[in-house]
Amino acid sequence: MKTLLSLQAVSKRFRGLVAVDAVSFDVAAGELFAVIGPNGAGKTTLFNMIAGAVAPDSGSISFAGEAIGGLPPDAICRRGIGRTFQIVRPFPVLTVEDNVIVGALLHNRDVGKARACASEFLRRLDLFDQRNRIAATLTLPDRKRLEVARALATEPKLLLLDEVMAGLRPTESDRMVAILRTLNRDSGLTIVLIEHVMRAVMALASNVLVLDHGIAIAQGEPEAIVRDPAVVQSYLGAEPV
Amino acid sequence: MAAETPTKIPIGTPTKTPAHFTDRFARLAAPVFGDVAPRAMILLGTLLALLLVAPWFINDYLLTVLIVVLYFAFTGQAWNIMMGFAGQLSLGHAIYAGLGGYIAAVLFARFGIAPWLGFLAVIPVAAVCGATIGFLAFRFRVAGVYFAILTIAFAEFARIGFDHLDFVNASAGLFLPVAQYAHNDLWHLRGNPTMFYYVILTAAALVFVLCRALLKSRVGYCWLAIREDEQAARAVGIDSFHYKMAAVMISAVITSFAGVFYAFFYNNLFPEQVFNISRSIEMILGPIIGGIGTLFGPILGAFVITGLAEGLNTALIALGFDLPGAKQVFYGICLLLVVVVLPDGVWPWLARLIGVDEARR
Repeated sequence: MKTLLSLQAVSKRFRGLVAVDAVSFDVAAGELFAVIGPNGAGKTTLFNMIAGAVAPDSGSISFAGEAIGGLPPDAICRRGIGRTFQIVRPFPVLTVEDNVIVGALLHNRDVGKARACASEFLRRLDLFDQRNRIAATLTLPDRKRLEVARALATEPKLLLLDEVMAGLRPTESDRMVAILRTLNRDSGLTIVLIEHVMRAVMALASNVLVLDHGIAIAQGEPEAIVRDPAVVQSYLGAEPV
Repeated sequence: MAAETPTKIPIGTPTKTPAHFTDRFARLAAPVFGDVAPRAMILLGTLLALLLVAPWFINDYLLTVLIVVLYFAFTGQAWNIMMGFAGQLSLGHAIYAGLGGYIAAVLFARFGIAPWLGFLAVIPVAAVCGATIGFLAFRFRVAGVYFAILTIAFAEFARIGFDHLDFVNASAGLFLPVAQYAHNDLWHLRGNPTMFYYVILTAAALVFVLCRALLKSRVGYCWLAIREDEQAARAVGIDSFHYKMAAVMISAVITSFAGVFYAFFYNNLFPEQVFNISRSIEMILGPIIGGIGTLFGPILGAFVITGLAEGLNTALIALGFDLPGAKQVFYGICLLLVVVVLPDGVWPWLARLIGVDEARR
């Protein structure tokens, strides 16, 4: 399979703390790739480097064959990487529809066309009936779906999802898993997700990277990962999931 | 906004809510009314008609008050593009009005160039001035209150600079030749208050249409996104630097026209007055009172603040309460009350009351 995203020895330190320490991995086009690990393992920092919110101190990040490490976030989005934020950040006073239109305007110069495009993603994320609500009034699961819809509206090749399942009830999280699977299957969208909900990781991911203290301690198929002694020791705990 | 649905709709069930039907109606009506609610259209039309015939029914004093109202409606809308739409707080808008006024006045007084041609010269100067302030701030990440301070600093530089610029008579002030009002000369902006009234009314109406068009366009969406959350806006591919620069430059150019108008209406310019920080503050009171980020708020706010000031004046004189400073104190108290009672501004509240909520703020 063709590699879409490739990280080579990427590091980031904040003052003395090494948040991400020489992490390397490849994500193939069309893959569902999960990054797991305990709190403070450097998962979100890793994401922020891929999305351009923070620049890596060293190492290289390439996307579709182009070096993107250190580019600003808007430039990275325009190259085809969409993201959601761990703490959801919809545009609060805009309506649900307008939130998604803002995303859709990236590839649709015309507002009317962007609106049509936004409707499609609102339907996919089950938000169409709520499109005229003010984003700030949505419930947390709805805001999470809104973030996914807005990111998808930019028509990314790669979608970075930072804990979209966190705070969702099991049924809601299953719904999200189903939506993501459909997206991946229908449009070949590559997804990299940070996740604590192992149930979702096991259901979705074809490949899992485990971070601990900024170091990649394991990578492989989810079934192998949950039996890896190092992973069990540092993250999952002694009881099998 | 079309009726918030208070009840939570079960996920995945395509229920038809009342909102669904009002929305469909709005869509069907769109080609006819250009997606403005019919009631809003009628109210706007009525207001415009009243303002158009006003000079026949009111005396020169009230006409001058209306000119001031429309002047602040104009500048308030211009400032609102930057703050209300793109979220960038400028407290130094006097610089654009001052530059516009001085350039057009000098060209007219020294070379006899008509103000409309003078405005053509003002446009690039205002745009470059806005771009300079914007570039310094946005390139070096000067944001929020620090950005506001930067805008004040530029206006102060201009005030002190013009105060020492002999070409424009420095602190002695620049005066325009005042001709007899034999006839109105629109091309040279020489004439009676009625002519000035129609000029500023047309300008305020045009800016309203422009603001609406901007807000409904791609650039408007991008501005609102940046105002709401710049990081999230950049994450959906918006080059925020570029859009913030556009906001500053458009706002600067529009404001500079107000300066041209001011110079030809009052016929005198003193750096100490036109670049004074209180000019900048006056410009932003309207939108703050009316409702920042709304289309009609700056216009309503201009009526409220000017009406309040003039009304207080009349009331205090009638009551024989003529202590120096009393007007300012009461004016301040009234504004304070409005801000405390209606922190989002008068317009969002009034709009809900009369059922013409703007689609989006």
